[in-house]
Amino acid sequence: MTVESTAARKPRRTTKRAGAKKPPDATKPELVQLLTPEGKRVEHPDHSIDLTDDELRGLYRDMVLTRRFDAEATALQRQGELGLWASLLGQEAAQIGSGRALRDDDYVFPTYREHGVAWCRGVDPTNLLGMFRGVNNGGWDPNSNNFHLYTIVIGSQALHATGYAMGVAKDGSDAAVIAYFGDGASSQGDVAEAFTFSAVYNAPVVFFCQNNQWAISEPTEKQTRVPLYQRAQGYGFPGVRVDGNDVLACLAVTRSALERARRGEGPTLVEAFTYRMGAHTTSDDPTKYRRDEEREAWEAKDPILRLKTYLTAEGIADDGFLAELDRESDGLAQRVREAIRLMPDPDTMAIFENVYADGHALVDEERAEFAAYQASFAEEVS
Amino acid sequence: MAADIAAGKPQKLPLAKAINESLRKAMENDPKVLIMGEDVGKLGGVFRVTDGLQKDFGEDRVVDTPLAESGIVGTAIGLALRGYRPVVEIQFDGFVFPAYDQIVTQLAKMHARALGKVKLPVVIRIPYGGGIGAVEHHSESPEALFAHVAGLKCVSPSNSADAYWMMQQAIDSDDPVIFFEPKRRYWDKGEVDTESIPGPLHRARTVREGTDLTLVAYGPMVKVCLEAAAAAAEEGKSLEVVDLRSMSPIDFDTVQGSVERTRRLVVVHEAPVFLGTGAELAARITERCFYHLEAPVLRVGGFHAPYPPARLEEEYLPGLDRVLDAVDRALAY
Repeated sequence: MTVESTAARKPRRTTKRAGAKKPPDATKPELVQLLTPEGKRVEHPDHSIDLTDDELRGLYRDMVLTRRFDAEATALQRQGELGLWASLLGQEAAQIGSGRALRDDDYVFPTYREHGVAWCRGVDPTNLLGMFRGVNNGGWDPNSNNFHLYTIVIGSQALHATGYAMGVAKDGSDAAVIAYFGDGASSQGDVAEAFTFSAVYNAPVVFFCQNNQWAISEPTEKQTRVPLYQRAQGYGFPGVRVDGNDVLACLAVTRSALERARRGEGPTLVEAFTYRMGAHTTSDDPTKYRRDEEREAWEAKDPILRLKTYLTAEGIADDGFLAELDRESDGLAQRVREAIRLMPDPDTMAIFENVYADGHALVDEERAEFAAYQASFAEEVS
Repeated sequence: MAADIAAGKPQKLPLAKAINESLRKAMENDPKVLIMGEDVGKLGGVFRVTDGLQKDFGEDRVVDTPLAESGIVGTAIGLALRGYRPVVEIQFDGFVFPAYDQIVTQLAKMHARALGKVKLPVVIRIPYGGGIGAVEHHSESPEALFAHVAGLKCVSPSNSADAYWMMQQAIDSDDPVIFFEPKRRYWDKGEVDTESIPGPLHRARTVREGTDLTLVAYGPMVKVCLEAAAAAAEEGKSLEVVDLRSMSPIDFDTVQGSVERTRRLVVVHEAPVFLGTGAELAARITERCFYHLEAPVLRVGGFHAPYPPARLEEEYLPGLDRVLDAVDRALAY
């Protein structure tokens, strides 16, 4: 086990100067888009993508299954099977596009809403339900799929991602790290500090901000006076705004940000401009703070519908494919319903498990006391 | 001196230098050990605890960080997840609070949250306590705020040998350890034997035997309690002094064993007594030794007031007289 003096990666001069274009104008944000809301393919001067028909169908399938899983989870909350659910409805393209840009050895630091990214990483969707049912606080091994646990405290994971990326650089690996967070988190000090640390150490991390316009009841105007992607400039790395409902653009932009990180050129901020179609969580009531018309306007930009329009118009997806996908969706939903009903409550003594890796005398003492207390009831019964 | 240490010869070292030697040894032994903090590189930290380490191990392993404590701890968590063992320096006790969220909500809980699948071997060094005539925020004793949090371990050495060995053990630990360094003892010299481990990290140690009353202290107050015991001996009172060494977990067994013999307990720390380490000891020892006790457990420590300006700290801090006053009150029962 040796660690060479790998140092934080030094930026390499690229032949084309990235900043040659005119500086961003705060009043007119540039939005990278490759597929319009009407389902038309368009080109962008800096970002292009060329996918096979299989890959295109794959992205569509990912989004459809993720949405179905999400809808099922919302229903399970309504039926009392989950205590809470944070729906990703409307954000499928941002999550599938960025998630499918990742390599296996890249590492993901999600918020609690990245069900689509989890899907891309191969995390069993039923594992995501444990914390929302209340049987655990994180039901998967982060290192099995390089997908860290959901982080509930807003913005904390941006620093974990940055530190992890610093370690990747020290190891001399060309893997990259991606940190997910939202428009609300952009106000957190931890996100600002993550920007600072990643810039100073040139860490191979992509900050993927899903600006879904709402932090519970607060619109983005309550978080910022400038488009969020422009914040990156002040920290010394590029920021780009992508149509977050365009899976092709999200894939292209995230890929190029990841490649930049792999080349040792440091962090990138991607602002995926999208919309939270549902409530913040199942406990929230958006009718108290936002207008129906706003939601309706975004409905016209639906990420799945636009790709379906494109795929069918181009003959990439036919009725047979769509029907088969419907069957697969039903199968997934059924599997989720069955899994949740088979999910056992943890053993009471799990309270005392894994508090420490090396043990702790007080935990041992309290565990023994509590076990004895519980056992006393068994004796009374007999 | 470093050569003698490397050769394993016992040496008299200031406490700060003992930590420095311990960090050096840990970095030599394990390439995954990193040092991070503000000014820890060229300057060697404001107390010179990391002096010379960046010169010998490079900027990649002794990392001068941006001035942002949450960032320091948050990135240390990420590095630990990647397999590193970061040793983080918080410059002064009163500056740890920007990192408190990362420490409490992330560092302490992540192992449990992951059902044991990840480990967080992060050491957070905090120079703490008063007595150096400093300005506000440079003299505090926040250990109870960390000991209260499940998932963290909290220790404080009182002398050079413990400083050396407890740092080795803290870095070896797979759990996060908050390492409270008694800053006013940084320059006190003590013998360090790098061949002989003084004992487990979380075991208390009886540093003076006595029969009439037990004084429990840790970190900077151990010296005060030893002086108090010496003064009391001249008046014919035999005080036992226990160096607690670890505030989480607390070695209640050692304290219990002592109190069962002496039947009286006084706990001394710089931190405010309200809901402090002494409060927990009083409750537990009362529970465990109720029929042995001849007097209520008494506490000597800080007041429920902000740490005072330096010109008042001599009165504020528990000194020989306040300790002996509590001893007399306990003996009067």
